[in-house]
Amino acid sequence: MRHIISILLENEAGALSRVANMFSARGYNIDSLSVAPTEDATLSRMTLVTRGSDDVIEQITKQLHKLVEVVKLSDLTEGRHIEREMMLIKVRAVGDARAEAKRLVDIFRGRVIDVTETTYAIELTGTGEKLDAFVEAIRGVGIIELARSGASGIARGEKGLRV
Amino acid sequence: MALSQVNVELTGADIVIRCLQDEGVEHVFGYPGGAALHIYDAIFKQDKVKHILVRHEQGAAHAADGYARATGRPGVVLVTSGPGITNAVTGIATAYMDSIPMVILSGQVPTHLIGDDAFQEVDAVGITRPCVKHNFLVRDVKDLALTIKKAFYLASTGRPGPVHVDIPKDVTAHKTKYHYPKSAKMRSYNPVTRGHPGQIKKAVELMLSAKRPMIYSGGGVVLDEGSEALTELVQLLGYPCTNTLMGLGAYPATDPLFVGMLGMHGTYEANMAMHDCDVLVAIGARFDDRITGDLNKFCPYARIIHVDVDPSSIAKNVPVDVPIVGSARSVLKEMITLIRAAERKPDEEAIKAWWKQIQAWRAVDCLSYDHKSKLIKPQYVLETLYQITGGDAIVTSDVGQHQMWAAQFYKFTKPRRWINSGGLGTMGFGLPAAMGVQIAYPDETVVCVTGEASILMCIQELSTCKQYDLPIKIVNLNNRYMGMVRQWQEFFYDRRYSHTYMDALPDFCKVAESFGHVGMYIEKPGDVEGACKEAMKIKDRLVFMDFITDQTENVYPMIAAGKGHNEMHLSPSAGEAPPARELA
Repeated sequence: MRHIISILLENEAGALSRVANMFSARGYNIDSLSVAPTEDATLSRMTLVTRGSDDVIEQITKQLHKLVEVVKLSDLTEGRHIEREMMLIKVRAVGDARAEAKRLVDIFRGRVIDVTETTYAIELTGTGEKLDAFVEAIRGVGIIELARSGASGIARGEKGLRV
Repeated sequence: MALSQVNVELTGADIVIRCLQDEGVEHVFGYPGGAALHIYDAIFKQDKVKHILVRHEQGAAHAADGYARATGRPGVVLVTSGPGITNAVTGIATAYMDSIPMVILSGQVPTHLIGDDAFQEVDAVGITRPCVKHNFLVRDVKDLALTIKKAFYLASTGRPGPVHVDIPKDVTAHKTKYHYPKSAKMRSYNPVTRGHPGQIKKAVELMLSAKRPMIYSGGGVVLDEGSEALTELVQLLGYPCTNTLMGLGAYPATDPLFVGMLGMHGTYEANMAMHDCDVLVAIGARFDDRITGDLNKFCPYARIIHVDVDPSSIAKNVPVDVPIVGSARSVLKEMITLIRAAERKPDEEAIKAWWKQIQAWRAVDCLSYDHKSKLIKPQYVLETLYQITGGDAIVTSDVGQHQMWAAQFYKFTKPRRWINSGGLGTMGFGLPAAMGVQIAYPDETVVCVTGEASILMCIQELSTCKQYDLPIKIVNLNNRYMGMVRQWQEFFYDRRYSHTYMDALPDFCKVAESFGHVGMYIEKPGDVEGACKEAMKIKDRLVFMDFITDQTENVYPMIAAGKGHNEMHLSPSAGEAPPARELA
C-alpha cells in the first residue's frame, strides 16, 4: 500500500543523505521525496511517498525514527490528510493543438505561465492522480518536458506535526 | 593562574585532547598522518591520554572495539584522512554490527580543499554513514567540543554504536575558548530506558503460565550490564536459558540451567528447546538469521516476548506477542520484582516434564568428538585451554571454525570475557581486539583464539604487541585450510575445495620470534596440555602457540541453510537423537 510519511528533521548537512541511504541500504522504495526548510530555519520537513506491506511500513518508520537527525514523523496515510503535488509542464502549442492545450489547462484548473509562439508552459497543482490524468490527457498535444515536485502533505484539522 | 586560563584560547587540536581528558579517556588507538598532525602534536604535549600506535588503522579500530567490549567504556580511535579512515572502516562496521560504543576521530583535508580531490581526501562521513550510529563533519572550531561531547553521548547511550567525527586540518589549527559541556541533550535523540509497565506485567503473566518456557538472551544483556539480573531471573524461575554468540557469559555456562549457545552451531538441546518451547523470552537479542534458521520453521509453538532497547529490532524478523522497548537490565529487574510479588508460581509439574525432555536432548552429547585421534583435535585444544586457565581468561577470537569451537568449549561464567565479531564476522579481529583488552586489563590473561587464515589478516599487529609489551597468548588452530569455508565446500559443494587451502603458510614460530615474541609449535595431542601450561606461565611475553590440528574436523552440530532448529546435523561422534514428538 502507498504511504505518505512526513518527517521533521534537523536542517543539517547530510540529513537528507542519511534518509536516502537508509532506504537504499535496506531495500525500501521511494516513490517521491520532497524536502525544504520550515518556518523554523533549524528544521526541514520532508514528505516521502513509499510503498510496502504493513510490516515494511512499520520497519520504515522505526528505522527513520532511529536516525539521529529525525526529530518527529507521522504517517499521514493513517488519518485524514491533504496531499498536493505541483507540476510544470511544457507542451507544443501550434495550430489546433494550441486551443486544445488551453482547453485542457482550463478543465484541470491549471495556469499557463509562459507563452511562446510554439509552446505553453503550464503550472498545475493537485493530487498525484490528477497530475497523472493531466499528463495522459495532454500527451496527444505533445509534451516537451515536465517537472514534478513530488507530493507534499499535511493532516486535516487541528492536528499538526510540530516540535 | 586558573582564572587567566579560562580565557586562554586553545587550538582545535588541543581542544580535541582536552575533550578526551575531560571525558576520562585513558587510551586512544591510532595512526598519524598529514591531516591529523596538529592533533598528534597536541598528544605529544601531554601525558594523560595515552596513544597506542598500531600498524594498520583496521587494527586501531578493532583494538578500540576490544577495549570497549571488555570495559564497557567507549573505545577511541584516531586516524588521518583518506586511507587512514578507509582502512578503519572494516573495524567501524564490525563495531556497528555488534552495537559497540566507539568514537572515531579522523583528520580531514582543510575545509577550503574539501571537494577538490585534494591529497588524501575522501568523503569520510559519506563512507562511514551506513556503518555508524551517527557521524559529524566539524566545520567550525567553535562546534568542536560540543560535537565530541555529542559523539560520546550517542556512542554510549540507547543502543550503543560507533560515532565518527571528521575534523578538517584547519579546524584543528584555529583557536577558540575551551568549554567542555556537561551534557549534550539533543531534541531528536531520546533513547528509551524503562520498559512500559503494562507490557512488563503482561510478559510476566505469560512467563508464569508457560509449560515449556525458554529464555534466549543476547549481546544486549552484556552491553547493558544486565548479566546479574538475567542470572537472578533465570534462577528464580528455574527455566532453561540459552545465550547467543554475542551473549555468552551473560549467564554462567557452568550452571545446569544453561543449555548452551543456540543457532547454527548451537547445542542440540538449546535448538530443540527453542523449537518446542511454548513461551520464548528474548532479551537483548535480535533474531539474527544465524540464530533463527528458516524463519518459517522458527519456534512454531511459541508466544514470544521481546525486550530490546532498539524498537526497530522488535518484530523486524519475527512477529512478537509482547514487545517491550526498554533497557535489558531495567526490564529484567522489574520482571524479577513482579515475579516475586506474583501469586502465581511457575507450573512445577510442567517445568519438571520440560526439563526431563531437555535432559534427553542433552544426553545426545552433541559436542562430543573423537578423543582417540592421533591428530590434535581443535576441540581438545579449547577444552584444555579452558581447564588450564580455570575458565578465567578473557578470550578474543577471529572468525571461522575456531570461533565456534571457542564458543562451544570455553565455558564463560562472566560477561565481557568473550570478545568476538559476531555480526560482521570480521577475520583479522582477534589479535588487535586482544591488544585493546590487554591494554585495559594489563594483569588479566588474554587469549586470542585464531586460525592460520584469520591471524594473517592483521599479523602486523604483532609489532604493536612488542612495542607495548602485551603478553597476549595466541592459540592458533592451524589446519592449513580456511576451515569454515572448507566445511561448507565439503557439505554443500561436493568437496570442491575452491581456494580454501593455504599452501604457502609461513613458519608462525619464526614469524612470532622475528617480532620479538615466543613461538611454540605443537603437533602431538600429548603435548597440548604441557604447552598450554608452559605458555600461561610466561607472564611477561606474548606467546604464539601454533597447534597443527586435524584438517578434516568439522564444527558440529549444524543447522544447514533452510533448515529449522529441529533439523540439526549431528556429529558422527554424537549419540542417537531421541524420536521426534508431536506437540499440541
